[in-house]
Amino acid sequence: MANKNFKLEVWRQDGPNAQGNFESFDIEINEHASFLEMLDHLNEQIMNEGGRPIEFDSDCREGICGSCGCVVNGAAHGPERETAVCQLHMRTFQNGETITIEPFRAKAFPIVRDLVVDREAFDRIQEKGGYVSVNTGPKPDANSIKIGKERSDEAFDAATCIGCGACVAACPNASASLFVGARLKHFGLMPQGAPERGRRTLRMVHQMDDEGFGPCSNIGECEAACPKGISISAIAHMKRDFLFANLGFHK
Amino acid sequence: MTFQSGIPDGPLKEKWDVFKAKMKLVSPANKKKKRIIVVGTGLAGASAAATLGELGYHVDAFTILDSPRRSHSIAAQGGINSTKNYPYDGDSVWRLFYDTIKGGDYRSREANTYRLAQLSANIIDQAVAQGVPFAREYGGELANRSFGGAQVSRTFYAKGQTGQQLLLGAYSALMRQVDAKKSGGDGIPGVTMYTRREMLDLVLVDGVAKGIIVRNLITGEIERYAGDAVLLCTGGYGRAYFLSTNAFNSNGTAAWRAHKRGAYFANPCYVQIHPTCIPASGDYQSKLTLMSESLRNDGRVWVPKSSEDAKAIQTGKKTAVDIKEADRDYYLERRYPSFGNLVPRDVASRNAKNMCDKNLGVNPTGRAVYLDFEREIKAQGYETIKDKYGNLFDMYKKIAGDDPYKTPMKIYPAVHYTMGGLWVDYSLMSNIPGLFVLGEANFSDHGANRLGASALMQGLADGYFVIPHTLGNYLATEKPEKVDTQHPAFQSAEDDTKEYFQSIMDVASKNKSNKEGRTVIDIYRELGHVMYNDVGVSRTKEGLEHALEKIPKIRESFWSDLKLPGETNTFSKYIEVAGRTADFLELAELMARDALEREESAGGHFREEYQTDEGEAKRVDEDFSYVAAWEWKGANEPHVLNKENLVFENVQLTQRSYK
Repeated sequence: MANKNFKLEVWRQDGPNAQGNFESFDIEINEHASFLEMLDHLNEQIMNEGGRPIEFDSDCREGICGSCGCVVNGAAHGPERETAVCQLHMRTFQNGETITIEPFRAKAFPIVRDLVVDREAFDRIQEKGGYVSVNTGPKPDANSIKIGKERSDEAFDAATCIGCGACVAACPNASASLFVGARLKHFGLMPQGAPERGRRTLRMVHQMDDEGFGPCSNIGECEAACPKGISISAIAHMKRDFLFANLGFHK
Repeated sequence: MTFQSGIPDGPLKEKWDVFKAKMKLVSPANKKKKRIIVVGTGLAGASAAATLGELGYHVDAFTILDSPRRSHSIAAQGGINSTKNYPYDGDSVWRLFYDTIKGGDYRSREANTYRLAQLSANIIDQAVAQGVPFAREYGGELANRSFGGAQVSRTFYAKGQTGQQLLLGAYSALMRQVDAKKSGGDGIPGVTMYTRREMLDLVLVDGVAKGIIVRNLITGEIERYAGDAVLLCTGGYGRAYFLSTNAFNSNGTAAWRAHKRGAYFANPCYVQIHPTCIPASGDYQSKLTLMSESLRNDGRVWVPKSSEDAKAIQTGKKTAVDIKEADRDYYLERRYPSFGNLVPRDVASRNAKNMCDKNLGVNPTGRAVYLDFEREIKAQGYETIKDKYGNLFDMYKKIAGDDPYKTPMKIYPAVHYTMGGLWVDYSLMSNIPGLFVLGEANFSDHGANRLGASALMQGLADGYFVIPHTLGNYLATEKPEKVDTQHPAFQSAEDDTKEYFQSIMDVASKNKSNKEGRTVIDIYRELGHVMYNDVGVSRTKEGLEHALEKIPKIRESFWSDLKLPGETNTFSKYIEVAGRTADFLELAELMARDALEREESAGGHFREEYQTDEGEAKRVDEDFSYVAAWEWKGANEPHVLNKENLVFENVQLTQRSYK
């Protein structure tokens, strides 16, 4: 278990309207520590010296809640494919390396403090149709709706999106198309979601635009950054459904 | 205060029907006049808030996170039990009830547990109607798998992300109600969502729950909210151990502050230590990661038979593949031939600890056992195993750096779930009228040990199917008086909250340039060590007395040595953690005290003095067949123990055996 040394360049910003800047730190840490444990350790050092710790979001620390997220050496969630930053480990980095750490940057994700951003725009998009309109109560037996395994698995793959926002941070246009596409694909493939398919698509896409996310121009950075490996085919699904909905199908 | 379980009359199978037949209803016109506060938006909170919104109530829902979709229910992996009996292997409501009550070592209420089993089938129907993509067979029907403590296949799942998919189902229903409210305007019922708010106090008016005081975690402001009832859906208190599988922000604060306002805390010593977690690797560790129990369907647990082999593995001279089949001890299969690797969690955890105590552990720290898939990969094929557990294997590889398709996983028990929680009656109402407690935050359904795939079931049963009825009955029967946040009780609660908060900040400001000061994480870790050592997998009188001596000292250190960043009017994670740690330092003491007073072993509470000749948990039914409901008497007063005797009319109490 070897320790490694790193030089960190961390984005510091007191609040949404404050001027931000990079601050440098030196740190020594066990290579089996996770990236966030490295930041925890750094914060202990800072606080022991009476300084202000670096604020960052995290919760489950096992890559499923979508709370964490920052840009590490220019890549959303860092260099490992299909890995949220909480599951990134320091063994990935070279001893002596300089690591740059910044928040997810997008007009629709205002910075709260340091690496913490406000992603409530995602919730507001979800409100516009990311659901099947059924109330709680007696429902038909679950097996009365049959869904083939392949289709169900494909819907599941889209539904595994954790809403972290890495797709937006990675996109040069700061588009939320992968996030929205994943929602639409999940519900669009399930028979339960069919009755509201057109309305859902129109409302969610319009909300995405209203929130200030940019357009998709098929660059594919979102798919590369996605910690859950959501396929860019979800965006194709969204674009097709959006076209059809505007033409009056899927009612 | 009242302290009655309120179990309806009649035979067990009819109790819930009797309740529903007799309950009073709130008319649609009156529902619109009611405001309900829901704290926490995991499975229990999100399902309750959504359903109450649909029914026509005004709901104010609160989460400490930036979105309800991130609540820790999302991390549940393995599955959800239900009595659908699709595999036709003999399952029934009775059998799920019986397995659950036996798995809980006969320390839960019959009536609550039976209702849970009854509602389990509705949950699957509801989730499927919402579009939750459960695993399916090629023919299009739903798939099932087995889980610990059961001999039938009754667990529904979505790969290793069942909690995520069920939470997103409840979250989508919740967001639909948020939209209903926003699009409808002020008079229209639905849900108003308050994110990044932490409940710091419960407001009582004449002993009745009327609202909450919260801290806005972005601005630091203290805010007041009033309602006709308060629902706590804030999860468990496993983070009292610092290291656990719980999320970084999971905490016991809302429950503990309600407790300090009079709500009884029941069975705090019942903690589940999950057998299959990735072992700790160093002192920088911030949390432990669970590997779903479903892995025990196909994974085989073993250690080397000889401690020489174990020593060679610990020092890196040998690996698992060097140990011949004949030199391996598949100890669960050997000791429990009928349940094998699928014994309940407490039994599996204790056995792993015992093996490591005998120096048979298989990692450098000596605290790990193998979970091996070799035989099943050969029998079922790589693709089948990948389809069942692919994401879990990937997760393991990311964290541990080993490939479980090629070498066995290393696992060790970690704190995972707390069966204890605030005391509730059959209606899920605490002893404070108007304060309801749902999901892991209450104590009621799992006794001294929870079976796998039952937490998701309970959270959703409480939120979707129990609370809509029992809350309505409370509102219609008690007709609670309307109050708003201008009531003096709110001012007084807000003053108390601010004063307490300031007292923490005063310690921090005193230590600003004190070189001897300690960070909150440093203090918190020390508490975790004591809890794991003395209030962990197995407990002794001496150990618990040691904990009771040690915890107050750590608490003193907190109140004199704490160092914190000083700005309170902005986002500051360590200030949040400090408040939660202060509460854990009190709750932990009660956990140890409860464990000391319970002079028996039951489920997850294993006292070494009380075991059978075979080393299994030995209950003392004649003295301890009760719920320990602890009452807060003030900061410098000892807790008072109230007992609710458990009455078993339908099952016979037996020594649990999984042989």
